[in-house]
Amino acid sequence: MIWRYIAKHVAKVVLLGTLIGVSIYVTFVLLTKGMYVPAAMPLIGSVSIAYIFLTEKRYPLRWLVPGLIFLIVMVVYPIGYTVVSSFTNVGTGHMLAKDQAIDQLLDRSFAPADALSYTFTVFAKNANNDLALLLESGEERILYLHGEATAVAVDDPRLIDDDGDGEPDRFTDFARLSIPQIVPMLSTLETYRIEFESKTIGLESLTEFRTRTPTYVYDADAETMIDQQTGIVYTALEGIFTDQNGEEIYPGYKVKVGIRNYINLLTNPRIAGPFAMVFLWTFAFAFLTVLLNFGLGLSTAILLNDPYLRFRTLYRVVMIIPYAIPAFVTILVWRGMLNQHFGIINKMIVSSARMIDSAVNYIAVHGFNTTAVLFGDVSKIGWLADGTLAKISVLLVNLWLGYPYMMLICLGALQSIPKSLYEAARVDGASWWQQFRNITLPLLLMPLAPLLVGAFAFNFNNFTLIWLLTEGRPAIAGATTPAGQTDILLSYTYRLAFEGARGNQLGLAAAVATVIFVIIATISAINFRMTGALEELSKNV
Amino acid sequence: MYDRHTLGGSIWRHALILLLCAFSIFPVLWIASASFNATNNMGLQTLIPRHPTFAHYKELFTSDRYQFSMWLLNSLKITIIAATLTVMLAALGAYAFSRFRFKGRRAGLLGLLLIQMFPQVGAIVAIFLLVLSLGNIFPWAGLNTHTALIFVYLGGAMGFNTWLMKGYFDTIPRSLEESAKVDGATPFQAFFWIILPLARPILATIFVLSFISAYSELIIAQILLRSGTKFTLPVGMALLVSDQWSQRWGMFAAGALIAMIPFLIVFILAQRSLVSGLTRGSVKE
Repeated sequence: MIWRYIAKHVAKVVLLGTLIGVSIYVTFVLLTKGMYVPAAMPLIGSVSIAYIFLTEKRYPLRWLVPGLIFLIVMVVYPIGYTVVSSFTNVGTGHMLAKDQAIDQLLDRSFAPADALSYTFTVFAKNANNDLALLLESGEERILYLHGEATAVAVDDPRLIDDDGDGEPDRFTDFARLSIPQIVPMLSTLETYRIEFESKTIGLESLTEFRTRTPTYVYDADAETMIDQQTGIVYTALEGIFTDQNGEEIYPGYKVKVGIRNYINLLTNPRIAGPFAMVFLWTFAFAFLTVLLNFGLGLSTAILLNDPYLRFRTLYRVVMIIPYAIPAFVTILVWRGMLNQHFGIINKMIVSSARMIDSAVNYIAVHGFNTTAVLFGDVSKIGWLADGTLAKISVLLVNLWLGYPYMMLICLGALQSIPKSLYEAARVDGASWWQQFRNITLPLLLMPLAPLLVGAFAFNFNNFTLIWLLTEGRPAIAGATTPAGQTDILLSYTYRLAFEGARGNQLGLAAAVATVIFVIIATISAINFRMTGALEELSKNV
Repeated sequence: MYDRHTLGGSIWRHALILLLCAFSIFPVLWIASASFNATNNMGLQTLIPRHPTFAHYKELFTSDRYQFSMWLLNSLKITIIAATLTVMLAALGAYAFSRFRFKGRRAGLLGLLLIQMFPQVGAIVAIFLLVLSLGNIFPWAGLNTHTALIFVYLGGAMGFNTWLMKGYFDTIPRSLEESAKVDGATPFQAFFWIILPLARPILATIFVLSFISAYSELIIAQILLRSGTKFTLPVGMALLVSDQWSQRWGMFAAGALIAMIPFLIVFILAQRSLVSGLTRGSVKE
């Protein structure tokens, strides 16, 4: 017993110690990268975990910690970060913090007109993985080896002149490289910034190194970058240093822009129009999906619930099939079937059109293309290429995917309606429609309403369907942001963030995501109201 | 509401239902047929294969360009690990909420409900940046790793799952654990050996729900996974199709059929485990 007790506590101390050790390491790494606020997180986290596991008072929290860690790191933090980012200009060219961007700019240098020029010799060993560099300018000779620059004398014994021509052929066991051998090394040599006696020396051409001076001088008070080569003054302007003519120097940095992203979504004519279309389509898509799927699901449920119907079980199994196989596969199959040129749907339409035509020809008018006159060319209908047809296709495919679920929940709810109600209605002479309208529908909607709202929220963010079927296409004409006619808000966010032609507009994407959060949170709140989840919480807890 | 059918009533009902059945089953038959058709061109496919062949299945597993077998293994690995850990994390949390009384318990339950109101997928941008910087510190949990993907999926472990399980735990009488505690069991032992076996149906339900959602998850896998050997099935299959209807259709069809199998198995098993009742026979209160 005592050994077990000791083992348990030793294990606890070791595990918590490791956790704190790792978090100190992480904090240290983050500090060296200049991320001061995130650096505190792992330390605070691990110390509170240690506290929870060491004091008996916080015992119940030990059970919650594992799940909570993932919830906080992978859900709460990203959502908060998204909302915060929606008020910044983060994106391509604006990824860094301000001081990181300034550091990068200050590292840039150029060779001024009065720069000292050095000839250089490269020595290498280990298949050019190890380099030694000898720079000469008049009397000055610098040896650069493994990141260290030192002065060397002309007669340094490490420099060996084998053929006696005055030029060293080897440096200890490093062999001298010829010009053609140097060419492939240039990209490496270019990165060298050799610091020697307060000079910075860098590669200028195939034959020379030159002393360099920083390109920019930063004036922290005025927030300006002054180009030492041209004298142009760049002023910090919304996360990027910009001169009077609007010339910008990259990288820029992240700054708060207030509600500009939201204003762009609402008023910028080239963003607002497409955004409004995407916004409305998202609602229409989710609403129509629920309406259509519930309508068909309920109709089939009523048909199949009929005790006088034969083969009910068999029919039900067949109809559940679309629900029992993964959607990511079947959506792609539908995409193939709806294809304009090769798809089976168009082929079937063409052959039925032919049948109609020949039937008409046979019965009445000879040589008359009935379908062509009525419907035009039916051989190449762009189910996924035309905007309106693509929307219809999206709804139809989603109907195929979703009506079995609606059928299942309706079947369940139908069985819970007492038969006696229908019997009583019949005695009173109610018609089938009256029974449906006054008994079935109200008693069905009551338990199913939260599920229907849930289905709405699910489809509101049904990225998989949109992405695999149409990728949001066809494109909306004239949009400067990547927006398509079947894009929903989530796929629009995805495209803004990860495949914009003008770089990744993460700030704008975060603003769209925040709009999604607000809408879905409102819908969930309504749903909680309906299910009484919150009341249940206050009672039962 | 229902009457015995007349002949006409019987005919239109069966006709309507058969039409719906055809609508439901046609895409499945079409893709199954494509996988046995000799052609790789969707335009030349016939519903009844003229020269049935297994060539596409062979092609699928020997292709150098598309690592289908890797995608299948990746998907199974990620899904099973994520679903198992989800069940464990949710069960631990739910047990604490069900059995212990502590400060912040109500607030915690309410908080879980409120956090669930915000869809995690909306935060893809932040998740991407988070994993990117995580990878700078721990390369094994950065972009293009399965660890990172599983971590993101585990973010959804607490939440509705915890609520669902707590509700179930509440129905299991406490007297069971109390007698175990009298015999000297620690709370964890009572939880592990007494509650968990009794809660098997709800554990199975949560496992199945997590399995099904992780197996079909596309958007997060798509932003985190970068190389062909790391893909999951949804990302890989989308790449395999990529509008090449006349070149890889048969191969895609074979893959589609195989990708359906794990999902179908879980779906069929779930139907059974979801119905069986539980505390039946242990204690009546």
